[in-house]
Amino acid sequence: MAFSPSPVNWLKRHLVVIAGLLTLAYLLLPNVVVTVFSFNKPNGRFNYEWQQFSTDAWKDPCGVAGLCGSLSLSLQIALWATLGATALGTAIAFALVRYRFRARGTINSLIFLPMAMPEVVMAASLLTLFLNMGARLGFWTILIAHITFCLSFVVTAVKARVMSMDPRLEQAAQDLYAGPFQTFVRVTLPIAAPGIAAGALLAFALSFDDFIITNFNAGSTVTFPMFVWGSAQRGTPVQINVIGTAMFVVAVLFVLVSMVIGNRRNRRTA
Amino acid sequence: MTTNSTKNQTAATDGGGDVRLTGITKTYGSFTAVHPLDLTVPQGSFFALLGASGCGKTTTLRMIAGLEEPSGGTVHLGDQDVTALPPYKRPVNTVFQSYALFPHLDIYENVAFGLRRRGIKSVKKQVGEMLDLVQLGEQARRKPHQLSGGQQQRVAVARALINHPKVLLLDEPLGALDLKLRRQMQLELKRIQTEVGITFVHVTHDQEEAMTMADQVAVMNAGRVEQLGTPADLYENPRTTFTANFLGTSNLIEAEVDTRSGDDVVVRAAGDKLVLPGARCSAPAKAGGTVLVGVRPEKISLTHADDAGSVPEGRNRITGRISNTSFIGVSTQYVVDCAACPEFEVYVQNIDRDARLAPGAEVVLHWNPAHTFGLDAAQDIDAGVAEGEAA
Amino acid sequence: MSTLTEAPPPLTPTAPDKRPPRTRGRWTPYWLLLPGVLWLVVFFVAPMVYQASTSVQTGSLEEGYKVTWHFVTYWDAVSEYWPQFLRSVAYAASATVLCLLLGYPLAYLIAFRAGRWRNLIMILVIAPFFTSFLIRTLAWKTILADGGPVVGALNTLHVLDVTGWLGWTSGDRVLATPLAVVCGLTYNFLPFMILPLYTSLERIDGRLHEAAGDLYAKPSTVFRKVTFPLSMPGVVSGTLLTFIPATGDYVNASLLGSADTGMIGNVIQSQFLRVLDYPTAAALSFLLMAAILAMVTFYIRRSGTEDLV
Repeated sequence: MAFSPSPVNWLKRHLVVIAGLLTLAYLLLPNVVVTVFSFNKPNGRFNYEWQQFSTDAWKDPCGVAGLCGSLSLSLQIALWATLGATALGTAIAFALVRYRFRARGTINSLIFLPMAMPEVVMAASLLTLFLNMGARLGFWTILIAHITFCLSFVVTAVKARVMSMDPRLEQAAQDLYAGPFQTFVRVTLPIAAPGIAAGALLAFALSFDDFIITNFNAGSTVTFPMFVWGSAQRGTPVQINVIGTAMFVVAVLFVLVSMVIGNRRNRRTA
Repeated sequence: MTTNSTKNQTAATDGGGDVRLTGITKTYGSFTAVHPLDLTVPQGSFFALLGASGCGKTTTLRMIAGLEEPSGGTVHLGDQDVTALPPYKRPVNTVFQSYALFPHLDIYENVAFGLRRRGIKSVKKQVGEMLDLVQLGEQARRKPHQLSGGQQQRVAVARALINHPKVLLLDEPLGALDLKLRRQMQLELKRIQTEVGITFVHVTHDQEEAMTMADQVAVMNAGRVEQLGTPADLYENPRTTFTANFLGTSNLIEAEVDTRSGDDVVVRAAGDKLVLPGARCSAPAKAGGTVLVGVRPEKISLTHADDAGSVPEGRNRITGRISNTSFIGVSTQYVVDCAACPEFEVYVQNIDRDARLAPGAEVVLHWNPAHTFGLDAAQDIDAGVAEGEAA
Repeated sequence: MSTLTEAPPPLTPTAPDKRPPRTRGRWTPYWLLLPGVLWLVVFFVAPMVYQASTSVQTGSLEEGYKVTWHFVTYWDAVSEYWPQFLRSVAYAASATVLCLLLGYPLAYLIAFRAGRWRNLIMILVIAPFFTSFLIRTLAWKTILADGGPVVGALNTLHVLDVTGWLGWTSGDRVLATPLAVVCGLTYNFLPFMILPLYTSLERIDGRLHEAAGDLYAKPSTVFRKVTFPLSMPGVVSGTLLTFIPATGDYVNASLLGSADTGMIGNVIQSQFLRVLDYPTAAALSFLLMAAILAMVTFYIRRSGTEDLV
């Protein structure tokens, strides 16, 4: 490529990089604001304007009534929803990829539809069901709703992995005296594990951060997103920003550490 | 041969180690991958199924392994009918195409896999010995993706052989290797087979590979076995145009049967009189009928037309004009334009090169009549040409 | 996702011989499917049926509801709430286009130009997910605050005059205007655009660019004729993943908008949870679903990527 030092050419060549980085800035800007405002000491109930630096909220993250309770409830629901959706979804994914049967097309549509629907529609329809059945809204209705909308995402994630699996690996296991059960446990499952893990992680994130479906089906139960929603109407405590920042930092650290460990392990065995 | 006694390996051991396929066939909907096929692979032999892709050779192999359910017919190992047995109950192991090594297990565990599944606790000694046999003792704790193609291939062989199967099935085992490594592994596999004495059934599309390694070769085409025999027999006495063209190169000339004199058949092709041994003619040679007369390019001598008088009596001879030559090193390949055959191929060893043999030169082609073979003229004269080139 | 139009697969050819068929896995797929499919039937299909039935019921909370095939509810719902319907589609479509315009360069950057920074940028794209999206959306209230630096800058550059003239903003404010809502929607669903785009860009063999350049294509032509067409699967799934949830969203409109920027999600939410007019809410929700399915099906057909999605 001809090198020309003129700034116009430089700009031309790096246009994509500049545009990409601007988008990245747009994506990260709110997180910066959340972090900065976790050190704010607001006047009044809302934490939207910068007043003065303070670490009060970091010293007492549970200092707002109901905040940490809602956080722990969200974690519990996310955990159970992940377990349920992963178990059900993995089984469906295997059946869809590995077997040919009559209802395959119908089942595929059944999996696709929940993802092709705005959350509010699914939320509203589940609420009609619960109202019609006279169910009491709370922990269980939230859990059911979360499993339902996470299920399709787990199926999609696991399906992708199972599809890319070489069927010869399972044939090789069968050829080497492993029966169907042994083949599944010793070969299929370990190789599909990354896909299942990805599906589970996705389910956890979706469930933990879900607001719309929860809002419809929670009754008076308050999950963490519900708590944030409520405080947006009544007054936003700084502690919300503390929790948000902490989760962001923990997640990034977790990923970085696991990457470093992975790199080191690869280097050692290579 | 050691038979590791598992509850399923109860087959008789005496003389009954043959693999017998009886009327075995496989259809997918309206497509027939393998036409009813009878085949016996003798115990202890190195047997090759040779054919172009899609000829049904891999399907046949997979039916022996139990990975494909036959649409009809039976598979016997010795006296035992294994047709209904799933793969994990058959005393047969496979070296898969591109190896199918378990990516999540290291080399040691890959090799130990079969033993462990059969409930054998102390695998250390056997695995160690097997890894030494294939010279991979050092790599035991590596993962498959950290090995080279040749090493992976040897792991695949070790993983199958450690089970002392009655039959080892190899599905294009050398297909992913480069030429040099492939040559080396051919010899290596042959050595291992001689050492362990297990029956090997080897599927390949590479005729050279099949001929170098196998005792017996079955040439397959379109779901049928075209011809079965030793490599030399197949090469020297092809019985169909497919075999003649797929295995090496053949010059095939359409000719009219003139007379039968004693053991010989005399034919005419575009005015030239050719003689071939009756025993080497697989077609009904009635006077007046047509046959395809074949001769391999390396059997032919090339003499410049000026020296035509020096050609000895009693040899088949055809005249023509050289249209193309290519220098290969050990030999020179000539394409000669003759009345009977527009592209006659001749390979001549580079011993004393005659400078006059250049494109445009008039030449006499001559060869010993005993090297001539005859084929049924009802066949497609070009069958197997394209497949042979692709392979 | 191609399954909307997928025909039932042909049955496996069965062996014509007399041996008893091997029971290898004949019922296994059904056992595997049973729990999950049962779950979806009870908690996804049944609710849809209930919702459809609720939408044609009449009655009141006190006396209970009965199915009276009262289709007029649909007519009333449409005639009363069509502005919100239109607004939802318009906002979601704008957000989707913005996501594509903003997301493509970043996905391209990660796929082809990031080098050893690729993993880090990837983490930075995904990491915000871990901070609750409600908290992040609230942060936009601070960013777009009246008299804040962003609004100030836009004012100085006279951008607000233009957007005001277009009706996207009003006066010196960005908050509580359509622009703020679209901005929030774009922000919230941007990663859903970037990830599928990245996936399909990353699959493109870099040598294709060289080959195209070798065959006399300018960089811009390479992009138009090679890169972009090959990334179509990512564009289609990215736009779907953005447009569908954006249409039904009511969080951005509630937090960043005003009474004049209400979307259909806001109406459904308030009818269900505050007004408690279940038939109208159910009818609206049903209409939204039907509209989206129709648009998505049309879009997939038109983009000719039925197999790709």
